[in-house]
Amino acid sequence: MAAVGGGGLQGYIVRRLLLAVPVLFGVSLLVFAVMHLAPGDPAAIMLGAQATREDVARLHRELGLDRPLPVQYARWLGRVLQGDLGRSIPLGREVLPEVLTRFKATLILTGGALLVAVAIGVPAGIVSATRQYSWLDRLSMAIAVTGVSLPVFWTGIMLIIVFALTLRWLPSAGMYAPYGGGDFADLVWHLVLPAVTLGTASAAALARMTRSSVLEIVRQDFVRSARAKGLAERAVVGRHVLKNAVNPVVTVLGIQVGTLLGGAILTETVFSWPGLGSMMVRAIQARDYPLVQGGVLLIATTFVCVNLLVDLLYAVFDPRIRYE
Amino acid sequence: MSDVVRMFRRSSAAVLGLGLVAMLALGALLAPLLTGHDPNEVDTTRRLARPLTPGHPLGTDEFGRDMTARLLHGARISLAVGLAATALAALAGSLCGLAAGLGGGWIDHAIMRSIDTLMAFPYFLLAIAIIAALGPGLINGMIAVAIVNIPFYGRIVRGTVLAVRETEYVQAARALGITELGLALRHVLRNCLAPIIVAVTLNVGGMITALAGLSFLGLGVQPPVSDWGSMLASSRQYINVAPHVAALPGLAIFLAVLGFNLLGDGLRDALDPRLR
Repeated sequence: MAAVGGGGLQGYIVRRLLLAVPVLFGVSLLVFAVMHLAPGDPAAIMLGAQATREDVARLHRELGLDRPLPVQYARWLGRVLQGDLGRSIPLGREVLPEVLTRFKATLILTGGALLVAVAIGVPAGIVSATRQYSWLDRLSMAIAVTGVSLPVFWTGIMLIIVFALTLRWLPSAGMYAPYGGGDFADLVWHLVLPAVTLGTASAAALARMTRSSVLEIVRQDFVRSARAKGLAERAVVGRHVLKNAVNPVVTVLGIQVGTLLGGAILTETVFSWPGLGSMMVRAIQARDYPLVQGGVLLIATTFVCVNLLVDLLYAVFDPRIRYE
Repeated sequence: MSDVVRMFRRSSAAVLGLGLVAMLALGALLAPLLTGHDPNEVDTTRRLARPLTPGHPLGTDEFGRDMTARLLHGARISLAVGLAATALAALAGSLCGLAAGLGGGWIDHAIMRSIDTLMAFPYFLLAIAIIAALGPGLINGMIAVAIVNIPFYGRIVRGTVLAVRETEYVQAARALGITELGLALRHVLRNCLAPIIVAVTLNVGGMITALAGLSFLGLGVQPPVSDWGSMLASSRQYINVAPHVAALPGLAIFLAVLGFNLLGDGLRDALDPRLR
C-alpha cells in the first residue's frame, strides 16, 4: 500500500492540512468570543461582587480590556500560541498546567469509551448485516435504537444504582481509590462504569452505521462475482466486504469522538471523574473565563486533529480520494 | 401522500414512536387534569414515598412533592423547549443553507466556512461554550443548542438547493423569466420541505437530551422551574434510599427521545423514495 500513489497522498495531506488552518482560526475566534460576548465587564464578573473598584480596574488593565477588540484578539492569540492560557482567578493558578492534567483524565475516559463502542458496535453491525432480517439482526438493531436514545447522565446514574450501590461490584466515583489505590488496575477498575456509560450510545450509532455500510457493499457486483466464483461466505465478507465498508465506519468513528468528548462533560459530572468536563462546568458557574477558554480550546483542537486524522485514514484506505 | 402514509404504517417501530410522542404530548397538555396534585406542593410528612403509595402512584420526591405531577409538568418544559429549540435551529439553518445555495460565490463561501467552524467543536462542548458566554438559563440554553444544530440544517438545505437548481424544470422556469426570489419560494423551498421535516423529527430527540443535559449540569433551567434534567440532578443525592426519584425523570427523557427517533426513522424511510 505504501508506495502506490505516494505523490497523490502527499499532495492530499498538504491540502488537507492547509484546510485545517481556517477552521482553527475560526475556533480561536469563537473561544476568544466566549469572554467578550458576555454582557457586562468580564473583569467585574470574574472578580465577583466583593471586589473593589480598584481591583476591577487593575484586572481590566491586566486583561487589556481597554484596547480595541482586534488588538485584544491578536494579543490573546499571540499568548495562546506561546502556551500562555492566562490565570484562573478562583484557583490562583496558571490555566495551562491545570487543563493539561485534567485533559489526561478526559482522554483516558474518552479512549475507554471508544474502546467499548468499537468492541460492541462494529461486530454487532457486521453480524446484523450478514444475517439481515434474522431475529439476531432485529434484536441488535432494536437494542441499537434504544442505545442511541439513552441520555448518558441517566445511564450513568442507573449503572451506579445497580453495579455500585446494589451489587457493590464496581466503584461509583473518582479515578482512583482514595486509600491504597493509584495503580493501573485501580484505574481500570474505576474506568469500567464511566466508559460503558459514555460508550453505549456510540456503540449503538456505530452498529447502525456498520450494518448499513456493509449492506451497501454486499449488494454490489464484485461481491456477487466473489460468491459466484465459489468463495466461502467468510472469505467474501472478510476479504471483500469489510475492506470496502471500512471508510464510512471510520468517518462515523471520527464523528463519535466528538460525541464522546462532548458527552464526557456529562459523564465526568456523574462519576466525579477529574477531567476537563467537570472542571469546565464548575468554571462556568464561577465565571472563570480563562479556565473555560483553555478547556474549550484544548478539546476543540483535539477534535480538529481527530477529524484531520480521519480524513487522512480515508485517503489511505481509499486511493480514489487523493485524486479528487 | 397516501404512499407515504402506507409506508409509514407498515413500520411497527414508526407507529410505536408516534404513539410514544403522542402519549407524552397529551400528558404534557393535560397535566393539570391528569393529576390532582400541584407539582410544587410540599408535604414533608411524605418525603421520598415509594411508587404505588396511595395518592401518589409514582411516589414523591425529597420534598414530598408528587412525582406524577412533577413529571407531567416537567414534560411541558422539556418538550416545549426541545421543540422550540429545534424550530429555531431549523429556521436559522435553513435560511443559511438557502442563502449559501442560492447566493453562491463569496456568500456561499462565508456561510460554509462558518458552518465548518461550528462543526469543529464537539456538539455538546459548543453548547457549553455558548452558555459560558451568555450565562446559564433556560432561554440561553435553548439559543445555545439551536446554534449548535444550525450546520445540520444548513448543509441539508444547501445540498437540496444545489441539486434542485440543476433540474430541467428549474432551468425552464428560469428561461420563462422567474426571479431568484420566486425560484427560491416556488421551487427550491418546496423541494426542501421533505428533507427538513425528516431532519426535524430526527433532531428533536437530540435537542431534548442536550437541553436536559444542560439542566442536569445546572446550566439550563433554573429553580423554581424544573424540567426532567433538573429533576434528575436534584434527585442524585437520594439514589441510595429512593432510586425511583432518579429513575423516573430519566426514563421520561429516554421515552421521549426514543419516540422521536423511531418517528424520525420511520418518516425518513417513508419520505425517501430511494429506499422504496
